[in-house]
Amino acid sequence: MTISAHDLFAILPELLVIFAACAVLALDPITPASKKDGLAWLSLATMAICMGLTAARMSDPTTAFGGLVVIDAYSCFWKLLLYFVTGLTILLSFPYLKEERIYFGEYYGFVLLALSGMMVMVSGADLLTIYLGTELMSLSLYVMAGLKRAEPRSLEASAKYFVLGAFSSGILLYGISLLYGAAGSTQLPAIAAAIAERSLNDPLLLFATILLAVGFSFKLAVVPFHMWTPDVYQGAPTSVTAFMAVASKAASFGAFLRVFVEGLGGVKANWSAIFLLLCIGTLILGNVVALVQTNIKRMLAYSSIAHAGYALIGIVAAGRLDATDSTSAIASVMLYIALYAFMTFGAFAIVAMLRKGGQEGEEIEDYSGLAKRHPIAALLMLIFMVSLAGIPPTAGFIGKFYVFMAAVQAGMSWLAILALVLAAISAYYYLRLVMVMYMREPGEVTATSPRFVPSPALSIVLACAIAGVLFFGLYPNPIVNLATQAALTLK
Amino acid sequence: MQSGGFPWLTFLILLPLAGAAALFFVKETSVRMVALGVTLADLLLSLPLWWLFDASSSQMQFAENAVWITSPPINYHLGLDGISLPLVLMTTVLMPLCVSISWRSIESRIRSFMAMLLIMEAAMIGVFAALDFVLFYVFWEAMLIPMYLLIGVWGGPNRLYAAIKFFLYTLAGSVLLLVAIIALYFQGGQTFDIVQLSQQTYSPRLQFWLFLAFFAAFAVKVPMFPFHTWLPDAHVEAPTAGSVILASVLLKMGTYGFLRFSLPMLPDASKDFTPMVVTLSIVAIIYGAYMALAQADIKKLIAYSSVSHMGFVTLGLFMFNQQGIEGAVMQMVNHGITTGGLFLCVGIIYERTHSRQIADNVGLTKPMPRYATLLVIFALSSLGLPGTNSFVGEFMVLVGTFMWSKLAAAIASLGIILAAAYILWMVQRVAFGEPLAKFLPKLKDLNQREMVTLIPLVVLVFWIGLFPNPILIRMHASVTQVVARATAPPRESPTSTGRVAPLSNPIQKAHMIQAMEEAARP
Repeated sequence: MTISAHDLFAILPELLVIFAACAVLALDPITPASKKDGLAWLSLATMAICMGLTAARMSDPTTAFGGLVVIDAYSCFWKLLLYFVTGLTILLSFPYLKEERIYFGEYYGFVLLALSGMMVMVSGADLLTIYLGTELMSLSLYVMAGLKRAEPRSLEASAKYFVLGAFSSGILLYGISLLYGAAGSTQLPAIAAAIAERSLNDPLLLFATILLAVGFSFKLAVVPFHMWTPDVYQGAPTSVTAFMAVASKAASFGAFLRVFVEGLGGVKANWSAIFLLLCIGTLILGNVVALVQTNIKRMLAYSSIAHAGYALIGIVAAGRLDATDSTSAIASVMLYIALYAFMTFGAFAIVAMLRKGGQEGEEIEDYSGLAKRHPIAALLMLIFMVSLAGIPPTAGFIGKFYVFMAAVQAGMSWLAILALVLAAISAYYYLRLVMVMYMREPGEVTATSPRFVPSPALSIVLACAIAGVLFFGLYPNPIVNLATQAALTLK
Repeated sequence: MQSGGFPWLTFLILLPLAGAAALFFVKETSVRMVALGVTLADLLLSLPLWWLFDASSSQMQFAENAVWITSPPINYHLGLDGISLPLVLMTTVLMPLCVSISWRSIESRIRSFMAMLLIMEAAMIGVFAALDFVLFYVFWEAMLIPMYLLIGVWGGPNRLYAAIKFFLYTLAGSVLLLVAIIALYFQGGQTFDIVQLSQQTYSPRLQFWLFLAFFAAFAVKVPMFPFHTWLPDAHVEAPTAGSVILASVLLKMGTYGFLRFSLPMLPDASKDFTPMVVTLSIVAIIYGAYMALAQADIKKLIAYSSVSHMGFVTLGLFMFNQQGIEGAVMQMVNHGITTGGLFLCVGIIYERTHSRQIADNVGLTKPMPRYATLLVIFALSSLGLPGTNSFVGEFMVLVGTFMWSKLAAAIASLGIILAAAYILWMVQRVAFGEPLAKFLPKLKDLNQREMVTLIPLVVLVFWIGLFPNPILIRMHASVTQVVARATAPPRESPTSTGRVAPLSNPIQKAHMIQAMEEAARP
């Protein structure tokens, strides 16, 4: 296979991001400590350029490298979301790294490398390409999780994430190899064609489906493959946690949907049943365990597990609907993850900047009386929590509404009812934070009492997040259309 | 139903929201004035609707329809009929009073408090005016957070428990409503339009499940026995304005839901469930009254009396006749006025003595003659004395019930007797006797602000009590349509997608049906 200029032009955003990552890594040692912010600005500028390039690509789909990479509306949707979240991550990292005294220029390099991996994941139309993207993303995240070198918990998070991540990658690879044995190719269209000729109960195919499902379930933090999530989310630097909880989840969903819908669409009855079980377990465990958390990062970790469960409802529904209706179910998943990005990132941004004597104020108790001392921060957190609980008029409601539409359309009203009952339960732990912020008196102000550290960069992050939560809660048409249009290209 | 014209309802909803935003840009000292001004402006804006409303039509009036979400089609569709008009006006009348009663009693975070009241006002008007089911749900749920904060931040000592209990109860109830709305969408011709959904026939099986889902949401909100346990906690712990909003407006949303959705959309299931609903209503009437008899806390007494009074409303709704339903709507408005007045009275005395116990607040007639007079008026209205508003509503409900079952009417009437017992006993202790010496210096009679707060409600008590026709005329056509829809015989081979032609002349048809029924009755 020869590489043509067309191929390189098609993956121009990926190349740019990788080039920027290398530039950041190379410039880091020769940049004086006072000018390290410049590296972040370089990364941000890359995001802006890539956003333009990808937006222009949206209506001009193409394939590259003999079909290994597909640049269609679907991958562009995810990429736009990923650039946006990466941009927010970089902005949040400005003040956060200063507070945490992490002065590593390579931080931004790893963010960009992880991003390039995610971009490959959502663009890959070949199982090995997707696998490569997954590894690139994961390896960068392993390092980033351990960047608080002085803190044992951060190192533990990194090690735990690495061991379990490597394990899951192995399972994923095993599934890919079995599927290659069954289909004779790793390219998704070829796999789809091969599956059409085989029986639904083919054991080899079934086994491969299960292994792929398990491999992706690790990346998506779906019960019972979620064990790493709370520890890693808690131990990692909060800016990295936000990046993992949103960007890595979005990219994993992007790749996951493409593999199962495009490649394994022929056995959708099988994977729909598997994901139904995973979905119910995720919804129940995520929401119920979140109830008893006292650490906000762990609480948000379990909440993010639960949200993956809500998104899975759409996938289960897509597996049960016929081709035309399943598009709207797939769109509902994409919409859910995109809206989830705004509220979760916003919540983590506030968590990152609530400081207690040089540390993060991670305990829910640390938020006592926040409404008195920092009314705006408390109000924003209130809206993020309300949105996570799925109460209108916020984006969280819109996301849940579309997922439940898909479930009812697929004849699974009972699943929608179960999920909604659990959403009502989730309101309890989200509102507990509201209660602590608004209805508890703040303690004595001392040097170590929790305080919220505002900064211009943080204001931009929060403004973006809250604008997304409220705007799409009140007027979701633009993002719904975008997701529907993107889902249409997935066949 | 024509769109166009002046967008009254949008302005009614947006004005309080804009006011809530404006509160954060004015000086702390003028927050109260601005909030009062906004609620008064909203009241003034709503008053013309009363005269512009065409009472002869059962159509939705002041309709506004704009696309909100394109796929699935969800519209920003607002409109009022004779049922929602009185409720919207009741809301706009009560809100300035709520602001006024909070003038001195709320001291901390007054800005946020007033903003919450204004957001509540917008959401409440939205609930009554929404003609798209999803829009309705959005307003319905949007109320939860402000109300949660009103109870939890500015409430009494046990406020945290009461706030979360209120929140989880109502949220859990409305969970099934959302699934029911989506199911209706797929079974009712892919629309969320309430008017269109009300004109279709659904299979009995679907109606059964949908009724249960609606029931879960609305019965918690009313609240019907045995879902009422959140109510005494929430009413007692909420600040006065919160109690008034809860009792006068929020409870009505449950009964409004039954009337707007359950009866017209699910007539067959509603009929099947009538014995259950009637039983629960009668239990609520008697049980609420008994519980009220046993209370030592005035606010709790009124809270339980609400359970009893709302039992009359649900009873009247499920009688499927003109008298019962019109009585129920009357009673919804009356309960809002009377119980609102009583809660305001409790708030006023609590401001002075910081106690809500009957035993602490005795003998108020001598030190506070004006207060005692108004309290007695509201109390007499609450027990349904002829000449006051509640008499009209309760009488009509009982007439409607009598036509359905003499036994049910007889048992329900006991509720009125019990109401006389607990109300008069409360009045006897609070108004008469000797005041406690330790509170005597604090017992100052009503000031001008408090008089101005209470007088409008007193006027309404007597106006509706003596001359209820203006309200009845306006609701007549709409109620007739609901009755016609709810009592139409089950259609042959009901299919999920079979459309029924809209009634060409609903009033005429309803009269025909009623005449037929009366002829059939022995």
